[in-house]
Amino acid sequence: MDWSALWLSLKLAACTTLLLLPLAVLLARPLAWSRFAGKGLVEALVALPLVLPPTVLGFYLLYAMGGNSWLGQTYSALTGRTLVFSFDGLLVASLIFNLPFAVQPIQRGFDAIPRAAREAAWTCGLSPWRTLWRVELPLAWPGLLSAIALTFAHTLGEFGVVLMVGGNIATETRTVAIAIYDRVQAFDESGAATMSALLVAISFAAIGALHFLTRRVGRGDG
Amino acid sequence: MAEGLSLTLRQRAPIALDCTLECAAGELVALVGPSGSGKTTVLRCVAGLDQAGEGRITCGGALWFDRGVAVPPQQRRVGMVFQAYSLLPHLSAEDNVALALWHLPRREQRQVARQWLSRVHLQGLEERRPAKLSGGQQQRVALARALARAMSAGDQAPGVLLLDEPFAALDQVTRRKLQQELARLRRELPVPIVLVTHDLDEARMLADRMVLLHHGTSLQQGAPEDILSRPADVRIARLVGHTNLFEAEVVQSDGAGASLLWQGQRLTVSEKPRFRPGTRVCWLIPPEGVLLLRRDWTPRDSDHNLVSGCVEDSVALGPYTQVGLRLESGGLPLSFSLPTRVARRYDITAGAAIRVSLLAESIHLMPWSDLSAQLSLS
Repeated sequence: MDWSALWLSLKLAACTTLLLLPLAVLLARPLAWSRFAGKGLVEALVALPLVLPPTVLGFYLLYAMGGNSWLGQTYSALTGRTLVFSFDGLLVASLIFNLPFAVQPIQRGFDAIPRAAREAAWTCGLSPWRTLWRVELPLAWPGLLSAIALTFAHTLGEFGVVLMVGGNIATETRTVAIAIYDRVQAFDESGAATMSALLVAISFAAIGALHFLTRRVGRGDG
Repeated sequence: MAEGLSLTLRQRAPIALDCTLECAAGELVALVGPSGSGKTTVLRCVAGLDQAGEGRITCGGALWFDRGVAVPPQQRRVGMVFQAYSLLPHLSAEDNVALALWHLPRREQRQVARQWLSRVHLQGLEERRPAKLSGGQQQRVALARALARAMSAGDQAPGVLLLDEPFAALDQVTRRKLQQELARLRRELPVPIVLVTHDLDEARMLADRMVLLHHGTSLQQGAPEDILSRPADVRIARLVGHTNLFEAEVVQSDGAGASLLWQGQRLTVSEKPRFRPGTRVCWLIPPEGVLLLRRDWTPRDSDHNLVSGCVEDSVALGPYTQVGLRLESGGLPLSFSLPTRVARRYDITAGAAIRVSLLAESIHLMPWSDLSAQLSLS
């Protein structure tokens, strides 16, 4: 059992979820409520990670974050670290391949809020910021919850992109999914089996918690 | 009027608007019109949720809207009851009201919210979510929230209370009850109140003044009784539901009233004359100005204009029976209503020959317009 891999996976999943959530809210809100030129294009781009093979996405990310790229060079100039084959790069990649899993449920959550609810808040004198906290986020809560659970579980399980961008460096980029593959390659079937079972358990718990919490929210409303 | 609400709105699209409205503090003005006449749009412009192409809105001395000025809804002190109430489903009744009091400390919010809830008779239901409240209770919460916003101004002047069809979604018993409560409550409210409704009876019951809106244009303002019994023209008469509209010629007019020549018959009118002899006019008589005469009695005084005819149809609608009368002198039929028991006693059924009196005091004259041309208007 590779505990450091499990720890790394959990850390990656937690960081991704935490960073992606506000970004997704920022992106999903105008997608749900505004009409602007290029909205369809943005929606297509957000959905792209769903249909692309992870290796293809990983390849482009590797290319975009590599030492010769603008992004890679800027990043190492600023931090002294590289993006590829590091946890930082893994996190950036994770943010991107999780976009649809976070944005789409949140967008549906905002979609479901009637405009009149926000207007009621405005006529009560609530600023847009206060309206976001007091009205919009609580009402979009089921969508936010889905986004959290899906992003978390999906990050734990992602394999292709992680392997392409991060490689297989212990304690830096070797996540559980990579470690399982590693164990199988080394004919360590019992190690692979333990970790697989653990991953199933964690993912199941995440989805279970989601259902439990959304049901509670639903009851509160009804 | 500096304390009250004053607005003029004008625009071509998306909905044509040409509306002026004044509402003094403590006054209740009903904005009345058929569906799609732009009532809600006018209200939303006052709240700042929509913007008209041009115009001017002031309230309590503050400028809310003008060329280059559009104060956001948050900074207008507007208490609004939305058509479907727009309560927030995740907040209790108390928290819904407290939302309008967000600028106060938390404890004070609770206290003031509870006060407003008790003003609308919702003590004991503070913790309920909207879904656990009946329609009437939801409407009360919405009213409490709007009042909290419009009234708890602190050192600021109170704002304006906007009610968008607040009774439309309620059953009739609850509606009557809440209408009475509003009539009672509003006497203590020193704010301008604008009530949007398509229900003329509601406007008549609750409003001090009424503004009639049609296709976004305010046609006539005044006391509801005046507009209903003395519409300025035939179009307004039709909008407020008059069906007894006829053409005639003024044959005589003096300080005491006027005489009309209508289908070969002279009619006495006691309304203060506005038309010279020889003018073609339209006139109306509301159903309650038509009296059924007993067969053996003929009134002698000049307040009665006797007309005879043949009952074309008679439809009992609960306590009242609607009668259509084909006149001997021809022309359009006359309609009026009778208590159903009277209609039964005198056997007012299709084919019966009867005499009615058109009361001189109920006849109202308007400028002539082609009645047949406007039949399809409403």
